Amino acid sequence: MTTARAAAFPQPPPAATREAYGPALVKLAEAGHDIVALDADLSASTGGNKLAGSFPDRWFTVGAAEANMISIAAGLASTGKTVYAASFAVFMPGHCFDQIRVHIAQQRMNVKLIASHGGISVGEDGASAQAIEDLALMTSLPGMNVVVPCDSVEADAMICRAAEDVEPWYIRLGRPKLPVVYTEGRHFELGAADQLRDGNDVTLIACGLMVEPTIRAADVLAQEGIGARVLNMATIKPLDEQAVIQAAHETGAIVCAEEHNVIGGLGSAVARTLARHCPAPMEQVGIEDRFGQSGPWTALLQEYGLTAESVVAAAKRAIARK
Amino acid sequence: MTTSAAPAADAEALLDVCKRIRRHIVEMTHAAQSGHPGGSLSATEIFAALYFGGVARHDPADPQWERRDRVILSKGHATPVVYATLAEAGYFSTDLIPTFRSLGTELQGHVVRNKPPGVEMSGGALGMGLSFAVGVALGHQLSGFAEDEGQIFVVVGDGELNEGQNWEAIMSASHFGLHRITAILDRNHFQNDGAGDEIMRIDPVGDKWAAFGWGVQHVDGHDVAAVRDALLTARARADAPQVVICKTVKGRGVSFMAENPAGWHGKGPSDDQLAQALDEIEAGLS
Repeated sequence: MTTARAAAFPQPPPAATREAYGPALVKLAEAGHDIVALDADLSASTGGNKLAGSFPDRWFTVGAAEANMISIAAGLASTGKTVYAASFAVFMPGHCFDQIRVHIAQQRMNVKLIASHGGISVGEDGASAQAIEDLALMTSLPGMNVVVPCDSVEADAMICRAAEDVEPWYIRLGRPKLPVVYTEGRHFELGAADQLRDGNDVTLIACGLMVEPTIRAADVLAQEGIGARVLNMATIKPLDEQAVIQAAHETGAIVCAEEHNVIGGLGSAVARTLARHCPAPMEQVGIEDRFGQSGPWTALLQEYGLTAESVVAAAKRAIARK
Repeated sequence: MTTSAAPAADAEALLDVCKRIRRHIVEMTHAAQSGHPGGSLSATEIFAALYFGGVARHDPADPQWERRDRVILSKGHATPVVYATLAEAGYFSTDLIPTFRSLGTELQGHVVRNKPPGVEMSGGALGMGLSFAVGVALGHQLSGFAEDEGQIFVVVGDGELNEGQNWEAIMSASHFGLHRITAILDRNHFQNDGAGDEIMRIDPVGDKWAAFGWGVQHVDGHDVAAVRDALLTARARADAPQVVICKTVKGRGVSFMAENPAGWHGKGPSDDQLAQALDEIEAGLS
């Protein structure tokens, strides 16, 4: 069962989605998966080095060399291993897009790309460290599965689920500690939207750290008598087109919310589905085609409009266009 | 049984194989009216030595044999020499050769993994082969292969060494102590835009490789017996990754290509040029 939090349950402490990675690797290795994990000099931040504690022969760091890491991952996968390769989302795919394109996607290698520190919520390091375009790059590769967890529980479920198949995955994790949405656990199904709230006036589709504020936005809308459906669209590719089509038919207005450029991410994928199957008014909450900057991550989310208030306003705009 | 190398050809048979490979190269690029004959002709003896000189342990009847040696073309545009060699080795029928680069063919313009069987890695974007080899070597190590099983031979172009990823891979191969890897440098001194020394100097390339902790051999890349011996020596070394630097001529075996190597990087010969090329290859001119 994939039930979202209920207020009656005690709230677990906030956790970053990236914190799920190291423990998940250890769990997979202990369960007997033939995994190998690679890092590129950021292993303390990705958590990949946790595997080295119990399984030292299963973890390698290649130094600050992402292109090398990706082709090494492909070579390892060609010998039958399930390979996890981790870095920051700005460097992977940023430093190694062509290696991912040719060696992972075209060869359809069993490599799971763990891209930590996605989005502007990296915070103080500023624009060069803030990936706002990685989902656009990764979803444009044929055969690549692209997923974004909304909390550490979902991140764990995704990382473990990825080991069950031999396809390439891009799993985007984040730096900040977030409230847990799936307090009762998460059975993650690739390519399936998870409906967290039902409603008939508008559908709010979110991924990653925008899921929790989107739930809050639905609560605000409910107080105003507006019924908002909330979908956690954790899989950007393959997109759950049926859920989008159904939402368009049943609610007639759509809002997408994501920590990514409004070009090329979740909103673009949803818009494509709407345009082809069931045109409906749609609004986006996302980064409006500009780079990030330094600042505390919460201040950055405010500055770039990645808030519950923005989702509420977008919902009203979408409904007004019906 | 898929346990060891195909029987090694004798010296005369190796020369004969080289002729057949060269013939396929010019015929293939003539049929396609595109492709890369120059850098394929320069690597002909390298591939003949690998597949017919008793160097690489492989089995055309079982291309996925787990403990096979891997031959990886990093300079992934030099497909004519790969397809010619694999067809001659029995991986697929030589009848397929004229389909090179046509729509729907197994014989893609640049190498595509397992297409046809025997192609170990997709390439064409330069500089990725040595990194891939590092991954394969780590995998073979984890799988507990015996010291002499699962060797990896990577054919690298000299223009390709402009790509920085090669040096990341060279650094990591020695860092991880991956003795199974042998790089084979097709040192033909020409790249797409012209003479390598003018475009981006890589010398002293052997010293650079040695400084990164590799064993280095230099050999005449058109003396097929010498190439074979150097590769067998490299294969037997279990202390460090090895590189065999093969001094070659781009377009070797076809006079008008060898005399104008920059002009024959990426195009196919005309009907008349094909006839001349086949005559010269048959006569063994160079």
